[in-house]
Amino acid sequence: MNLSRRATLLGLATVATLGRTRLALAAAPTQARFVVVLLRGALDGMEAVIPHGDPDLARLRPGLIPPASARHDLGGFYALHPALARFHALYAAGELLPVHAIAGPYRTRSHFEAQDLLQTGVGQIGMNSGWLNRLIGELPADGDPGGIGLAAGIGTPLILRGAEPVGAYAPVGFAQPDRGLYAAIGKLNAGDPVFGPAIARGLGARRFDAATFAAGPAPDMDEAGMRAPAGPARPAGGYGFPELAARVGTLLAAADGPRIAAFQLEGWDTHVNQMQLLPFPLAGLDRGVAALKVALGAAWAKTCVLVITEFGRTARINGTRGTDHGTGTVAFLAGGAVQGGRVLATWPGLKERQLFQNRDLAPTADLRALAKGVLAAQFGLGGAALGRIFPDSAAVAPMGGLLRA
Amino acid sequence: MIRFGLGGRPDQAPPADPRAWLLGQLDGPDPALATPEFAALPSGAAALAALREDRMRRKRLAREGGSLKEHFKPRGREMFRADAAAQLGWALRTEAPFRERLVWFWANHFTVSMRQGGTAALIGPFLREAIRPHVTGRFTDMVLAVERHPAMLLYLGNAGSVGPDSRVGARRHRGLNENLGRECMELHTVSLRAGYSQQDVIAMAKLLTGWSVDPRAEPTGFRFHPFAHEPGPQTLMGRSFPPGEAGGIAALRFLSTYHTTWTALATKLVRHFVADQPPAAAVAHVAGVLAGTQGDLRAAAAALVDLPEAWTPGTKIKTPVEYFLSVGRALGETEAKVPAALGMLRRLGQPLWAAPLPDGWSDLGGDWSGPDAVLARIDFAYTMAGRSHDRAPAAIATAALGARLRPQTLAAVSTAGSPREALALLFASPEFLRR
Repeated sequence: MNLSRRATLLGLATVATLGRTRLALAAAPTQARFVVVLLRGALDGMEAVIPHGDPDLARLRPGLIPPASARHDLGGFYALHPALARFHALYAAGELLPVHAIAGPYRTRSHFEAQDLLQTGVGQIGMNSGWLNRLIGELPADGDPGGIGLAAGIGTPLILRGAEPVGAYAPVGFAQPDRGLYAAIGKLNAGDPVFGPAIARGLGARRFDAATFAAGPAPDMDEAGMRAPAGPARPAGGYGFPELAARVGTLLAAADGPRIAAFQLEGWDTHVNQMQLLPFPLAGLDRGVAALKVALGAAWAKTCVLVITEFGRTARINGTRGTDHGTGTVAFLAGGAVQGGRVLATWPGLKERQLFQNRDLAPTADLRALAKGVLAAQFGLGGAALGRIFPDSAAVAPMGGLLRA
Repeated sequence: MIRFGLGGRPDQAPPADPRAWLLGQLDGPDPALATPEFAALPSGAAALAALREDRMRRKRLAREGGSLKEHFKPRGREMFRADAAAQLGWALRTEAPFRERLVWFWANHFTVSMRQGGTAALIGPFLREAIRPHVTGRFTDMVLAVERHPAMLLYLGNAGSVGPDSRVGARRHRGLNENLGRECMELHTVSLRAGYSQQDVIAMAKLLTGWSVDPRAEPTGFRFHPFAHEPGPQTLMGRSFPPGEAGGIAALRFLSTYHTTWTALATKLVRHFVADQPPAAAVAHVAGVLAGTQGDLRAAAAALVDLPEAWTPGTKIKTPVEYFLSVGRALGETEAKVPAALGMLRRLGQPLWAAPLPDGWSDLGGDWSGPDAVLARIDFAYTMAGRSHDRAPAAIATAALGARLRPQTLAAVSTAGSPREALALLFASPEFLRR
């Protein structure tokens, strides 16, 4: 089944490339959209999706549990953080699937190692391409020099780096040279192994600007931290994501637009005053995913958004009303393609012996199982392709039943 | 001038003996600190006092129902902008650009970002009080100045970290924040190479409990609170350290001279000044100098200059801040207009003193050369090229790049349709984008 499905994908791609028509492309199965949102800094999973039904929660983290009246209940045991109102609406519509007590295959508590491993999709440092880039390599070529992948915001994250070309979109506020000067600059850089290809690809991506945003100039992204008055700075992470998501959603919705995009959001490393600070990036995440849905329009039905973070945070509150680096956390699937409206978890419990190293939420699921399950269902990939995207993961079976049949 | 510096200026003659010129910059105290402009900037303690006053004024206004937008101009923001203007302006003008690069390198090694901890107004004092005085001194002294500075204590949340068994901890049921303890080991000193455990991180965090801030503690605003300090000795990486402020200092002295620290620092220095993939022999040489001198940063900087690999041009891609400064220097600019300059750095992808995470900005070209980032540079180049100036583009090109200027770039600059296009071509040429 899977092999023949892959063959079909390849066949259609050939049609698309030879025909170079929108119709052929539109008929290709790459109509499926896949968006990854990386939360860099480690989201506290038990603050985002609160396991209030666990009798030990209140003992471990007094002062970190939002009141029952404010949080959004998910059927008696879990509840969404008060800032996730739009997530709750998606949940009610069956389009949001929180997956709890999950972690990557690594057990480091270093942000920097873990973020690399989260994006390379392996358990050991040493891989230098991202799993989303390898996914693109498994999909049929679409004849678009910009590729079907898109990095949203300044900087291409590691998850999208690798052999396959990817485009990029970020709003900028500088004056732009005319076509002739761009061409002359491209010529000066033609022999440069880095800048030559980057300029060619960047100019290819600019057509998005012309086609999609002709109506007006792009508003600026916010100046990090500067809007915050004195006192504890508000994390800049969530700000700007809704605006960027709206624009990138429009690109993804286009019949010949990119199909795969990655965002990276910051502001999750809540060692201090978590209850006061975490609502800002959570609200940004909430509004951004909702903005994607609006911008994608009918294409939302074929969309799956995967929200992941490098690890969770300590089960206990720390000395500065925050949490330190931990292990198990929550991930989200959102989208019209998602079989949502439920929480997927084997809950490990929060008794001392149930915590990982008597400290963290114990992981009972592997992020690679989640990602493999999504890719299998969304793109019809079989075990061999999934094994190339996630090397050394043969023992990790893809989760089933994640997406609507 | 380009590899070790910040790019040529039309009013500064290229050095006759580059090596002697670089080494000469390592002598004496930091030249910026001696200027009246820097002397007038606030201390860490003064910045803490201003932040406290801002908080009180904001609360009062909120209570009285006044409009924050109209009546509230935070002093913390003014201080941040004044320091940004002073330090960017100095980097544009300086005749000791290698020394300035070292300042920015160490500031990035010990990242404090305004994204966390309300530190914006404190980063300028941090650079002036903890980084600049030690750039050619001992690494241990820099570590001690850094980990005791309010900017770092607030950024990594240590200011409120309380020993669970201390008097404050027992009374108020408050406790530990591991963040500074972890990052001062992982990022600032021994690195993950040292193979320490979670227990070591906790021990280090406990040794640092009570290290906090106080606006009355001139000059930097550091205060040790004995009642918040965890009692009892701690075992860190197999060694016992006594409680008290002295225990934390002794632990930092130990970490800052541990053998893996030399390798970690040498790897970063060689990556910054030589190549993204640092040659092993070069790393070993610099690490050896650091070990042999027990962390003499002047000797380490001189060792970098002596590396033959460091003299291969164009192997490194400038970071946005380096690119921004080199364009300004090529145009002969002498001051940074704030906040306009801050907006430009943000759009180039490297907002000033606002790294996303405590490991600072990347030193790998691949992280700065995505299509979006490169186009942002070209558009910035075109924007800056539009600034009025009276020098001939070809003369600016020669002053900025010297022998690095390629014939085809000079030809393109000389035959461009307008001075603006000529300068845009210069700034967007590969030899200008690299260093």
